[in-house]
Amino acid sequence: MTDRTPLCAGKPDLRGDATAKASGKERFAADHYPDLLLWAGAVRAGVSHARLKAVNTTDALAVPGVIRVLTCADVPGPNRHGIIHKDMPVLVDDRIRYPGDAVALVLAETREALREAVSLVRVESEALPAVFDPAAALAEGAPQLHETHPANTLMAAEIRKGDAAGALAGCDVVVAGEFSTQVQAHAFLETENGVARLAEDGSIDMVVSSQSPFRDRLEVGAALGIPFNKIRIRAPHLGGGFGGKDGATVQCLLAVAALHSAGRPVKMHWEREENLAAGYKRHACQLHYQLGARRDGTLQALICHLVYDTGAYAHLGGEVMELGMEHGGGPYRIPHVLVTGKCVFTNNPVAGAMRAFGVCQVTFAVEAMMDRLARELDLGPLELRRRNALSEGDTNCSGMRVITSTGIIGCLETLRLHPFWEQREEWKEQARPHTRRGVGLASVWNAAGYGGKVRDAAIAKVELTPEGTVVVHSAVADMGQGNSCAFMQIAGHVLGQDAAQLIVRQPDTATAYPSGSSAAGRTTYTFGNALIKACEELKARLINRAGLLFFIDSDQHLCLVPGKVVHPPSGRELSLQQIAGFMSQEDRVCISQFVAPVCDPVPDTATGFFIGFPHVIFAYGAHLARIEVDLLTGVIQVCDYLAVTDGGTVVNPVMFDQQVEGGVAQGLGYALMEEVVTREGRVLSDGLSTYLIPGAMDVPNIVSLAWQGHEATGPFGMKGVGEVAMNGPLPAVANALSDACGIHLQHAPLTPERVLMAMSAGSEEGCKGPAPPVESLGRSRASSVERPNAHTL
Amino acid sequence: MPIRFELNGLPTDIDCAADRRVIDLLREDLGLFGTKEGCGTGECGACTILVGGEARLACLMLAAQLAGRQVTTVEGMTHTPDGAVLAQAFVEEGAVQCGFCTPGMQMAALAMLRQNANPSREAIREGLSGNLCRCTGYVKIIAAVQRAARDISDERRA
Repeated sequence: MTDRTPLCAGKPDLRGDATAKASGKERFAADHYPDLLLWAGAVRAGVSHARLKAVNTTDALAVPGVIRVLTCADVPGPNRHGIIHKDMPVLVDDRIRYPGDAVALVLAETREALREAVSLVRVESEALPAVFDPAAALAEGAPQLHETHPANTLMAAEIRKGDAAGALAGCDVVVAGEFSTQVQAHAFLETENGVARLAEDGSIDMVVSSQSPFRDRLEVGAALGIPFNKIRIRAPHLGGGFGGKDGATVQCLLAVAALHSAGRPVKMHWEREENLAAGYKRHACQLHYQLGARRDGTLQALICHLVYDTGAYAHLGGEVMELGMEHGGGPYRIPHVLVTGKCVFTNNPVAGAMRAFGVCQVTFAVEAMMDRLARELDLGPLELRRRNALSEGDTNCSGMRVITSTGIIGCLETLRLHPFWEQREEWKEQARPHTRRGVGLASVWNAAGYGGKVRDAAIAKVELTPEGTVVVHSAVADMGQGNSCAFMQIAGHVLGQDAAQLIVRQPDTATAYPSGSSAAGRTTYTFGNALIKACEELKARLINRAGLLFFIDSDQHLCLVPGKVVHPPSGRELSLQQIAGFMSQEDRVCISQFVAPVCDPVPDTATGFFIGFPHVIFAYGAHLARIEVDLLTGVIQVCDYLAVTDGGTVVNPVMFDQQVEGGVAQGLGYALMEEVVTREGRVLSDGLSTYLIPGAMDVPNIVSLAWQGHEATGPFGMKGVGEVAMNGPLPAVANALSDACGIHLQHAPLTPERVLMAMSAGSEEGCKGPAPPVESLGRSRASSVERPNAHTL
Repeated sequence: MPIRFELNGLPTDIDCAADRRVIDLLREDLGLFGTKEGCGTGECGACTILVGGEARLACLMLAAQLAGRQVTTVEGMTHTPDGAVLAQAFVEEGAVQCGFCTPGMQMAALAMLRQNANPSREAIREGLSGNLCRCTGYVKIIAAVQRAARDISDERRA
């Protein structure tokens, strides 16, 4: 019949995008250079907090090749954007709230002219008192950033379940700790960029590296007062995103530029320095933890307080904190919980969405608490986790009864049987001179989806072309995680087709339908569910139309194989092209939608939350790090890493491992080296030689194992695993460090300096001492020269 | 200034400013978008090309430095026997995720394989240490290079 093999869910089918990417043919947004383009670039404020007085453009305009220098006066509409809170100016019209604020926009014929002109725009402003520490921002009398949010508080919220204070007082053992985590940068390789053009009919056409093309329409439209149907956004494959391209980066600026370029296309591409100075970041967090248990190791009570620094604007800060709070107690049964949180404005760079948003901060703290509790109880760390791990039917730490697939115990059991765990003592004994070895664990979990009160939905469209090719109109961007490849696999599976018969179009708001952002572990889950339904409808139509053409009174024996519909009893077949030829355009298109499940009833545990609580589906994992610590230098070498992950039923084992391995690597960077260092809101680590991310020699071999459950609501039983792996490395390495050296670092990243200081101070000091101020450590990143003209980015 | 060099096996004549960055020359003047820019300061390796068979960073080279040299970009690499094997190994080992580092990573790997036809995992890590990847954790990239080394030597024997 055919020698072609259809794609199949569960199989390691090759990624449909890999060949074009490996041969350099894939066109990213950055690869678009339309004819007659103008270069657009932002002038950044360079000051922390100030009243904008004037923008002097004379010198900049005198540069040959400079077309326009735009200011807030050139921005139509409200000039405010933001996913939840519209608080961020496209171009500052009143107050500068951090050094990365855009105050002017230059249009030039060449990049050289652009760069020169940007450096010549003079920003006149009147300095206001500024605040950079969240605790100081909360204090009475602190400089205020937003009149709409008194006390610099974007959000103050709590989760209260049972009587945590009373229960903690009655616990046999209580451990406590104060932790802090640093600012992390996404450091995707393709920095923020796009091209835009104003069409003759007044509409704006944009190609942009974006995780949320449909929301971009709303953002640009709301900020500039343009009807959203006058804005078309296309999002080709992204060169990485990790949350940093969720929300407007270049979009509003590009649209303003396009409105003033007399119909010429405009291109904006942030340099790395601008990406680090003005791009969104992961929230720094301060965490105070108390965790109590009975003598037998049963967790009883948790009290924790979290402070997230959201920087100058809201972005998704409140939602990031909520998610951290929801995960504050780890994937464990804890009957009495009080989690309080504050998300605070400062004059620091804007913190927004980043992989495992809000969650990797709390996982550091709660997993350190678990190890300390295990030591106090004289229980093994794995045993303590296993005894308290959630099972289906339990109530989690935020008071929600978990009824979806819950594989944390399976993950822990798989880890227990692995040689890295079974042979840990022998392995540790083989430490070389002047080194010590340790093995550390972490349980991880991460919610999927937007959470309560937000419609988490997707609309999938599949189309049979007149040539018989099936086109999947993806509406959720592929930032590299391969969701579009999963869509090809899903469509191939349902329709019985191979890769040669399938095309996945990347999101285009003109031809696809709103399906939310590529984020929150919901991309493949939500769109995939909609896609299955759309493909099933198309399959039914193809069978039906073939039956018509075959003059058969029953569909019973008709089936789809690659490229055709066949009728085995009669040996007859019709190519998809032949069938397509008999179908009208509207008949060749199938559209279907899916809405993700929400929690019902919602527990009454949370107050102060706006949207995004609670979640009903979680990915789980059990992680193990084997490390060797150099006692002379304090350097931690991660020798081996094991991640066991419950992502439901795996649709593609290779892509599953890709997500886990990549998440672990990014998590190891967070654990060991990555930190955006700022001084008065100005980013000092402004290049990849001062903001260090792991290279090939920094990442160990990572063993990724799947614990395969089945998520009944997921496409083919899957759950998203894009985020969960990010949560493990920091706590696993910190716990391994405690195991190796008896020191308990509570401030990330776990740099050699901190290791040495803690070892020289003794365990107790390392446990309780304050974080050494980073700038006093004499590290290369901290000693980077502060640029006097920081506004000339 | 007029510059003559060999690009992906073809003699190429261009006329451009002597100090034009090679990456801009390739991408904007010659339409070879496969060479990517991730930092512009020689730290990420995404713009790695081969000049005279050695890995070089196109963001740190100027057009005049190409005069008389043999230049290979990813577009040319995939048309060479070893380059095609290497690219296929990246595809089949799952070493490609967002793909933005991939061309530069492959160019660095190809240069390394020419120096060391049978590198150990550690040698591969060292050989690729100038090329950053934010998606993969390098596990599958290293596996791809190991496989390419094997497949290339198998092809030579055959």
